[in-house]
Amino acid sequence: MKELSQSFRIARTLDARGMYCPGPVMETAKAMKQLNSGEVLEILATDPAAKPDIEAWARRTGNQVLEVQQQGDAVRILVKKA
Amino acid sequence: MKLIDNEFKFATDDRSLMQSNKEQNPNPTQEKKKLSIIVFSGTMDKLMPVGILASGAAASGYEVNLFFTFWGLQAITKKSIQAMSSQQGGPKIDVNYQEFGPMMAKRMMEMRYPSWFQLVSEAKEQGEVKVFACSTSMGFFNIGREDLADFVDDVVGVATFLDRAQGGETLFI
Repeated sequence: MKELSQSFRIARTLDARGMYCPGPVMETAKAMKQLNSGEVLEILATDPAAKPDIEAWARRTGNQVLEVQQQGDAVRILVKKA
Repeated sequence: MKLIDNEFKFATDDRSLMQSNKEQNPNPTQEKKKLSIIVFSGTMDKLMPVGILASGAAASGYEVNLFFTFWGLQAITKKSIQAMSSQQGGPKIDVNYQEFGPMMAKRMMEMRYPSWFQLVSEAKEQGEVKVFACSTSMGFFNIGREDLADFVDDVVGVATFLDRAQGGETLFI
């Protein structure tokens, strides 16, 4: 998985570690507004709700989750802007 | 926490996809969704889920309507917001859960968790969020327009709320 992720060019990284719901989703929504269509946002989060919530957020907003990796306590999520 | 979980599930339930408002949809491939909350309660344990739901919904592209009435209206006076901001009062926790108050307040500080008011304010910055005050409750409590916090968009009645809420999900908290 680690090798695979290197094929995505990351436009911006959001460090939401330590934040709780709805923090990671709010910050993801904000950060995505700054990106152009097709660009990829990397999100790091420790909130256990971050993975299901960002996946649900992406479904709702039409953005695409490219990859989800657990890295110790944190989850790393790549989202591509529609 | 159980209550919050259930409400969130309800608010994001897929069956509501069928009743969303298509007219205000900026993206033709996505259904525009709407969450309306009647904020009846004025205690902290009920205002927190209002803030969490409103900000999460706004971030997910929902149109959000918050209608503050009765005890909820008391929470959006300038006086209440100021007391809360200066941590010298403001809304209290429900008396049934009073013993959890100090512990939760301490944890929320440690977690740097925003106040319900900050969550609603941020929701307003992020998305399409309207805050309404109930005119009748204002009369009951002798609260004037000038007594209400700046984030209040309008003073309205039940017909306006029902009209705005139509076609979306509505919660009574």
